[in-house]
Amino acid sequence: MPVLTLTGNYAVAHAVKLARVKVIAAYPITPQTTIVEKLSEMVEKGELDAKMIRVESEHSALAAVYGAASAGARAFTATSSHGLLYMHEVLWWAAGSRIPLVMAVVTRAIGPPWNIHVDHQDVMDQRDTGWIIAVAQENQEVLDLTLQAFRISEDPRVYLPVIVALDGFILSHTTAPVEVPEQREVDEWLPPRRQPYVIAPETSIVMGNIAPDEEYYMMRLSMQKAMGEAKRVAEEVDAEYGKVFGRSYGGLVECHRCEDADYYIVITGSWAGDAKEAADRVREQAGVRVGVARVRYIRPWPHERLREILGNAKGVIVFDRAVSFGAKGQLFTDTAASLYDYKVSMRGVIAGLGGVDVPAEDMIPVIMDFVEKVEEQGFVYEPSYWLLPPKYR
Amino acid sequence: MPVRLKDLPRKRYGMPGNAACPGCPETMGLRYVKMALGDDVVLVIPAGCSSVIQGIAPKSGINFPILNIVFAAGAAAAAGMKAAFEALGRGDVKVVVWAGDGGTGDIGFQALSGAAERNDDILYICVDNEAYMNTGIQRSSLTPPGAWTTTTWTGKREPKKNVPLIMIAHDVPYVATASVGYPQDFIEKLRTAAKIRGFKYIHLHAPCPIGWRFDPGLTPKIAQLAVQTGLWPLYEYNQGKFRVSPFSRMYRRPEKRVPVIEYLKLQGRFRAALKNPELVKMIEAEVERMWRWIDALEKSLNPAEEARRITGT
Repeated sequence: MPVLTLTGNYAVAHAVKLARVKVIAAYPITPQTTIVEKLSEMVEKGELDAKMIRVESEHSALAAVYGAASAGARAFTATSSHGLLYMHEVLWWAAGSRIPLVMAVVTRAIGPPWNIHVDHQDVMDQRDTGWIIAVAQENQEVLDLTLQAFRISEDPRVYLPVIVALDGFILSHTTAPVEVPEQREVDEWLPPRRQPYVIAPETSIVMGNIAPDEEYYMMRLSMQKAMGEAKRVAEEVDAEYGKVFGRSYGGLVECHRCEDADYYIVITGSWAGDAKEAADRVREQAGVRVGVARVRYIRPWPHERLREILGNAKGVIVFDRAVSFGAKGQLFTDTAASLYDYKVSMRGVIAGLGGVDVPAEDMIPVIMDFVEKVEEQGFVYEPSYWLLPPKYR
Repeated sequence: MPVRLKDLPRKRYGMPGNAACPGCPETMGLRYVKMALGDDVVLVIPAGCSSVIQGIAPKSGINFPILNIVFAAGAAAAAGMKAAFEALGRGDVKVVVWAGDGGTGDIGFQALSGAAERNDDILYICVDNEAYMNTGIQRSSLTPPGAWTTTTWTGKREPKKNVPLIMIAHDVPYVATASVGYPQDFIEKLRTAAKIRGFKYIHLHAPCPIGWRFDPGLTPKIAQLAVQTGLWPLYEYNQGKFRVSPFSRMYRRPEKRVPVIEYLKLQGRFRAALKNPELVKMIEAEVERMWRWIDALEKSLNPAEEARRITGT
């Protein structure tokens, strides 16, 4: 298996090529753009046998790949931030149609003011759409998850579209060694495209006309059930992928030093790497046993898995790189709901918005402060703790 | 090639159980589309009356494959479908968009312009009933001046956006106007368009009895009056050549045209306008404006024919 030095965005492009995608449509937006540039280059050089539609907007990008997928082709698009928000209604339409699709989202803050740097507000805004949302920590995982996304989306137990999220610049524009599987290996591992129906002249299928309210309701229920199935399928695919390609990530949640931990960090995305470093250093310097539960799938939400991991914790500290204004960080809310019947101390930290850097050394004091408070008071519940940028502290 | 009624397919494409209003021009138009293009067709329908006309799932009152799609995305979804059929070795499948005037000239305009500029190999049909009828008769940019709608109670004051001309300006292979009052002409144009590779646009004038406030039995007559008054000229722009269609040629001469007032007085939507001489003048000016464009296009895009016309040879 050759090892290439790839940015996160190029890792996406390589995975898309390996998945033999047939139709690509995309619109430029920073920091997603180099995915499309690379794919265009692959198509024009004849390395990738696909149709490239250079659309006039993100709304059209997702509509075009959705149309292509409805007609039976494996299809792909990618976007970021405002582009993703512009697509929003088409996300609902694609998921409700149960049409398998894969989209890379290079996470980025939303304006105003204009800001091209990483946070998770864009992808968090899509949680309710019916898309499976996977989040990578590093470039190798970006490639692996993108390949797995096709397998999960096209599994008959699932038939829902999948977002693979990778952090803007931190992953998208930073190179790292990435093992790229051989085409032959991927062809053996990834079955030909499957989908629930195809819109073609011989089928006479009408997709999306008006349905009675009761039928509509039942279709929504079927999506919820498919999300439940998707948990099992994502775990299976992760494990099978490991057998073939030598890398598995622990399924829906990756655990770092969870075996003996008293305190846990819950986090998603690239800064989970910083969280792991912070956990290691806290263990080393203060003797506090901290573990990291890195959420790899924010939809379907790994409720059961997190209960297993966090149920006996003394305290859980959740880092959110996004916020639901007037409420809390989204990861915090979901984590707290999963622990509804456990008396676990919790703190929700909102940090890193708009790309503010949050290295391990900035996480450590927040973790230690929380640990001390829990040890002192016995029970702590602080749902929104805003970790200000250093110059405002 | 002229269309002979007896040669058209007898297959039923509009089925009992469709949810169209009495006198609906859209079911007429949909039938003509399938009669003209046959069975190797898929339709893409953005939000509009035709989303509803299909009837209630899991059944459909329209007997062919349809991908319904959000309002703004008709042309984009069709472009994607066509790309998929090509990629899968089925390039002969025709992908047809069937969109209303709002889905074409307002909210769907960006996707339409994008697909036209890329010359995507689709046929885009705008079925123009001149307002947002499905939501209850609200003004669109294609509502004509003077028309009452539920958002223009005293009559619209702005001209009708001339989408076919804008499409010609995109330099696409084929643009035509058509009318549900002239099915042969429409079918002929559909067949011409189907043979051309690249982006094709047909703008179908479709009088709506509910929204225009006329007797549902009069749909074809109103449609024909729009042509006979010169308000809705039928023409064709085919790979650089512009020509007025046979049914409209005689109305080039103003004295042959039916007075606009004959068209207006049959429609309740112009009742207020008819009491306002300024609005009537504005509508009459629309006719002049339309034909000035046509003259200009004929002269510049078809100099040989123009010369023949002038010399009478």
